[in-house]
Amino acid sequence: MLEFPYNTDCDLLGKFKIDTEYDIVTVRQVIRQYAKDMGMGIVDQTRITTAVSELFRNMYNYAGGGEVLIERGEVESHNALIVTCMDQGPGIENLELAMSDGFTSGQGMGYGLPGTKRLVDRFEIQSVLNEGTTVRIMKWK
Amino acid sequence: MNLHEKKIPIIKIHDYLIVPIQVDMHDKLAIQLQSQILEEIAKTRAKGVLIDISVLEMVDSFIGRMLSGMASMAAIMDTSVVIVGMQPAVAITLVELGLEMPGVDTALNMEKGMEMLERRLKSRKTDSF
Ligand SMILES: Nc1ncnc2c1ncn2[C@@H]1O[C@H](COP(=O)(O)OP(=O)(O)OP(=O)(O)O)[C@@H](O)[C@H]1O
Ligand SMILES: [Mg+2]
Repeated sequence: MLEFPYNTDCDLLGKFKIDTEYDIVTVRQVIRQYAKDMGMGIVDQTRITTAVSELFRNMYNYAGGGEVLIERGEVESHNALIVTCMDQGPGIENLELAMSDGFTSGQGMGYGLPGTKRLVDRFEIQSVLNEGTTVRIMKWK
Repeated sequence: MNLHEKKIPIIKIHDYLIVPIQVDMHDKLAIQLQSQILEEIAKTRAKGVLIDISVLEMVDSFIGRMLSGMASMAAIMDTSVVIVGMQPAVAITLVELGLEMPGVDTALNMEKGMEMLERRLKSRKTDSF
């Protein structure tokens, strides 16, 4: 499994699996609650919830599911909600292409990844063919 | 309530169908709702559909696609769809996500949505003379 170099000490808030489409709904609601508890406004709550929903659906569609890590920590003097989505799917062949608006290998509209990036404060992605994909996003309070 | 068993009601009033979406929909439910509405349009010959999403706290690309797909299918069946009551935060997020919903009309509330449909029906009637 891919890992990002940790630049900070974080508190682990939760760890979840995305195996079914029900998990997508359940876990995005959990994350909204954390965002709310941290004091994020309604628009930021909606942004982070929508962002994770896109990432969960990608894991579910392309990698047959994956794992989600929810953390809270200080990042560059921001109070950050950090969500890491890890899967052991096929990986993404061309990251640059996948990150561009309108690219889809399936029936989507191709706005999931680039759109998610616009909704959050930090967006990191790593992918290795035949090993998997990890996306970490952060939203500042 | 069990997430797996929720069902969304479709209410018929005069020439219109009213669909209040009261739950955070998972994918299967969204797809099911889409075909349910289209079946209901065919069955009732409704002239318009009002989909109330005022309690929806998020619309991601999947639900967005479902809504715009439904609007274009309804258009083929000569029925208009109006999405009613989208929360401002949801609208902002949809724009940032980059999701344009072609062919989807929106209205602030049920009343405005109904007026929109009536206006459209009237102009269609005069067109046909
Ligand atoms: N976790 C993943 N594993 C493997 N491939 C992925 C993963 N996430 C995304 N991809 C690839 O990147 C492409 C772009 O993803 P993106 O989410 O931007 O669009 P989409 O899922 O195709 O459409 P949309 O999200 O608009 O419904 C996908 O079509 C898929 O090929
Ligand atoms: Mg996607």
